[in-house]
Amino acid sequence: MAAKDTYIAVETPPLASGSPAPENSQQKPKPASRKSPATSGRKLGRKALLAINFGSVAAGLGAWTALSAAGVVGLPGPVEVLIRAGEVFADGTLAEDTGASLARVLSGFLLGSLLAVPVGFLMGWYQVGRAIIEPWVQFFRTIPPLALLPLVMVTMGIGETPKIFVIFLAAFLSCVISTYQGVVSVDKTLINAARVLGADSMIIFRRVVVPASSPFILVGMRIGLGAGWATVVAAELIAAPNGLGMRMQQAQQFYDMPTILVNVIVIGILGLLMDRLLLMIEAHLTRWQERR
Amino acid sequence: MTTTTSKAMIRFEDLRQEFTLTGNTFTALDGVSLDIADGEFVTVVGPSGCGKSTMLNAAAGLLDPTSGRVMVDDREVDGPSTRTGVIFQQYALFPWLTVRKNVEFGLELKKVPAKERRVIVDHYLELVGLTRFAEALPKELSGGMKQRCAIARAYAVNPEILLMDEPFGALDALTRVHMQEQLLKTWTQERRTVMFVTHDVDESVFLASRVIVMAARPGRIFKEIKIDLPYPRTEEMRLSDEFARLRTQVWEAVYHQPGVAEAHQ
Repeated sequence: MAAKDTYIAVETPPLASGSPAPENSQQKPKPASRKSPATSGRKLGRKALLAINFGSVAAGLGAWTALSAAGVVGLPGPVEVLIRAGEVFADGTLAEDTGASLARVLSGFLLGSLLAVPVGFLMGWYQVGRAIIEPWVQFFRTIPPLALLPLVMVTMGIGETPKIFVIFLAAFLSCVISTYQGVVSVDKTLINAARVLGADSMIIFRRVVVPASSPFILVGMRIGLGAGWATVVAAELIAAPNGLGMRMQQAQQFYDMPTILVNVIVIGILGLLMDRLLLMIEAHLTRWQERR
Repeated sequence: MTTTTSKAMIRFEDLRQEFTLTGNTFTALDGVSLDIADGEFVTVVGPSGCGKSTMLNAAAGLLDPTSGRVMVDDREVDGPSTRTGVIFQQYALFPWLTVRKNVEFGLELKKVPAKERRVIVDHYLELVGLTRFAEALPKELSGGMKQRCAIARAYAVNPEILLMDEPFGALDALTRVHMQEQLLKTWTQERRTVMFVTHDVDESVFLASRVIVMAARPGRIFKEIKIDLPYPRTEEMRLSDEFARLRTQVWEAVYHQPGVAEAHQ
C-alpha cells in the first residue's frame, strides 16, 4: 500500500509509533538532565541564527531604502509605506479589509477542515469509501482552486459565497489527503495492542486511529490554511467590495504603490502569524510525539 | 516448583497457516501440535522464517488459521480477547497516553470502576518498578522501561496466558539480562502461563522450563528440550555447567538443523 500512496503524501510528520531504538534502562528518563555537548552547541547556535535573522531583515530593509532612493521603478521607501500604513489604519480601511479577508479565509478554512477530517477518515478506514472518494480528490487536487473561480462566479454570483467556496476547496483538498495519509499509516501493532486489550472497531477508531493520525491532520490544516490565505487574496483581486486583495487591485489603478506595499506586507505578516499559531497548537497537541 | 497439573492451558491442534504474498502461497506453519500446561513458562526459539511469531499470533487470535485450531483454557481462539495478554517487540505503547493511562487502557475498556482501576494500576506499576514514572509519556522512557510498562499493561487486564513476541529483542545485552530476571520475578509473584518467542538461545534456556525449537520451510516443531533448572533462576545458574550443557543442546538444535546450513549460504 505504501508505494501506491506515497505520491499523494503532502508532508509526513514523524510516525506516531515509539521508536524501537535500543536503550539502556538505567539512564534517566528526562532527556534534559543529560544534555550532550552536541545539544548545547546547537542551543548556542540558535541564538546566533536569530541574530543572523535580524541582520538579514535589516539588510533587506536597507537595500529597499537604497533602491527607492535610487529611484528604481518608482519604488516607495519603507518610511513612505509606513506613513501610508498609518493613514489607512487611521481611516479604518485597513481594519475593514483585514477583517473581510480574515473572515473569508477563516470561514472557508474551518468549513474545509471540518469536512476534510471525516472524509479523510472515511477514505483511510473503508476501502469502499476510498474507492469512491479518491478519484475525485485526486482530480480536483490537480486543478488550482483559483482556476475554478470563473466557473464558481458564473454559478454562485459575485458575493461572498464563491470566494469562501474556493477557499473551502483549497483547505479541504490539502487537509483531506493528509488525514487520509494519517489513517493509513497508523501503526498496525498499536491496533493489535488495542484489540488484545479488548477494543472493538469503534474504540480502535476513537482511541487509536484518531489520536495516532492527529499529527497528520494538523499538518494538513496548516497547509490548508496557507492555501486558503493564498487563495483569498487572489479571489479578491477579481471581484470584491473590500479585502486586502481588492484594495491592492484598486490601488494599482491609481498607481498607488505605497498602498499596494502596505497590503502586501500585511498579508505576509498575517499569514506568518496564523501559521505560527497553528504550529504552536500543533506542538501542544502532539507533544507526546518522539522528535528526531 | 513447576505446577504439574496435567491440564493444557494453551493447546495447538495440528495448526496450519498459509500466507499468500504477491500471488505466491507459502506455508508458514505445518502440522504444529503443542500443549502448554497451566502455569508453565515455555520459550519458542528458531531460525527466522520458522513461523514462531505466526504461532504466537494464532494463539493471540490475531490470525485465522488455515486449518487446525488453538485452544486456550479449553475454548477455541476465534479472535483477540482479554484472556490473552500480548507483549510485542515494538512495545506498542500508546504514545499519547502516560504510563498510567497505558496500563489503565484495558481496564477502562472492561469498565472497571475508576477507584478499582487506580488500585490495580498502582499494583502493577509497582510490580514492574515504574511507580515513579506513572505520569511520564512513553517517549520519556528508555526501551527497557517501555517494555516494563507494556508488561504491566498486559498483566492489568488479568489474562490467563501471556504471549511474548521477542519482547527484549530491541534491547541491548545488559538491559536484556536485567529484564529477564525481572520478568521471572514478576512471573513468580503473579504466575501465568507464558509462551515466549525469542531468537536468543541464552534467553530461551534461562527463562523456560521447556524450550521448543522450530524448523523453517515449512515452519514446524523440530525439538523439545526440557530445562531442569529450578526456579528462581539465579546468576550462578546462568554461569553453571548445567546451563552451558543445555545451552549447547538448544544451540545445536537451532543452528544445526538439517537444511539450515544450505539455506543460509
